Amino acid sequence: MIKITNLEKNFGDLHVLKGINLDVADQEVVVIIGPSGSGKSTLLRCINYLEKPSGGTIAVDGITLSGEANINAVRREVGMVFQRFNLFPHMTVLDNLKLAPKKVRNVSDKDATETAMALLRKVGLEEKAYSYPEQLSGGQQQRVAIARALAMHPKAMLFDEPTSALDPEMIKEVLDVMKQLAKEGMTMVVVTHEMGFAREVGDRVVFVDDGRILEEAKPDDFFDHPQNDRAKLFLSKIL
Amino acid sequence: MVVNLDWELISESVPLLLTGAVVTVEITAISVGLGLLIGMIVGIARLSGVKPIRLISGAYVDCIRGTPLLVQIFIVYFALPAVTGTRINPFIAAVVACSINSGAYVAEIFRGGIQSIDPGQMEAGRSLGLTWGQTMRYIIMPQAFKRIIPPLGNEFIAMLKDSSLVSVIGFEELTRRGQLIIARTYASFEIWTAVAVIYLIMTLTISRFVAYLERRYRTK
Repeated sequence: MIKITNLEKNFGDLHVLKGINLDVADQEVVVIIGPSGSGKSTLLRCINYLEKPSGGTIAVDGITLSGEANINAVRREVGMVFQRFNLFPHMTVLDNLKLAPKKVRNVSDKDATETAMALLRKVGLEEKAYSYPEQLSGGQQQRVAIARALAMHPKAMLFDEPTSALDPEMIKEVLDVMKQLAKEGMTMVVVTHEMGFAREVGDRVVFVDDGRILEEAKPDDFFDHPQNDRAKLFLSKIL
Repeated sequence: MVVNLDWELISESVPLLLTGAVVTVEITAISVGLGLLIGMIVGIARLSGVKPIRLISGAYVDCIRGTPLLVQIFIVYFALPAVTGTRINPFIAAVVACSINSGAYVAEIFRGGIQSIDPGQMEAGRSLGLTWGQTMRYIIMPQAFKRIIPPLGNEFIAMLKDSSLVSVIGFEELTRRGQLIIARTYASFEIWTAVAVIYLIMTLTISRFVAYLERRYRTK
């Protein structure tokens, strides 16, 4: 589904990604963990070109990212959920979900509304359809953001620390929605600090530090028997 | 010192001044309207990823904001016809000079408004597959518009006052009407005071209206 080859990224003199190779299979849930500043968010943002790679190639569903037209084609197929939700504050929840399907996929208003309501039901927020984002709690906003990305019927979903900006009591409701998605077979790449989620839901854990992938393993193997020294150090600090 | 105001002269002159005030409002509204259009395009152009577009729009803003409106009016009304050989009507000249001038200030207002929107909004729009233009139109601009209502109101008030400068090319707006009445009656004190009061009433009305708009849009 996603094939990353030799990905490099520089911000000026700062070398953030140093030759990343990563394949994500269809219906696989890959969890990327690592210390802050390790480049894990940048890696995720490169997948749909919110950051332009300095080198290497990224192919999503067989389409290699290159020109602007290509980028839009890929972005339609890859949903993204941000740490700070980024809902559109001037629109109702329902309109947040309907905008992209209507403008990008030319879906009729009626069909867009139906899809949107079904997705809101799925994330448990049907009754908030006509509220504005600022009237919702953080957890509710993030669930709306997930529904908004799903409204485009993406083939894969990217999550950039989706629970890091949430109050502790709201983390579970968002993780539950993500678990449900994984169960339904969505291809997911998740950057997170939620180790419980990584262990329970992840098919594979990728440990990134200093712009490199240092270890890749099944969650149980990674958490119980980490091989890499820096991964061991990282886990000893957080577990 | 006791000033004896010639009230009869004032009441006679006010209707004539008011017709001038209407012309002042007209030229201000047209200029700010066109300025809004220019300013929106230039404001967005200043944020363009294409360097030449950014440089040209930046140069326009710098040139206009770095020279006096009075000189710009002279250039449009006297200097350009001297080159092209065709005289322009003072109204057109006034509108052209004021619109181009207003456009530069409005462009900076738009640029600031757009830049004040969280970059996450553009990322969210783009990540959903919307183009840059669609994201601007449906997501960034509607939010930016609300934020720039107060500075746009200030620009309207500034333009209303600055439009008095077009009196120098003989265009008969409020200030010029005042000058003409004084030339006839020598009642300098009465007429300039009346002119000032009329400007004040107009600017206060506009600032109240802007405050109302601001309140209305903030509630949502």
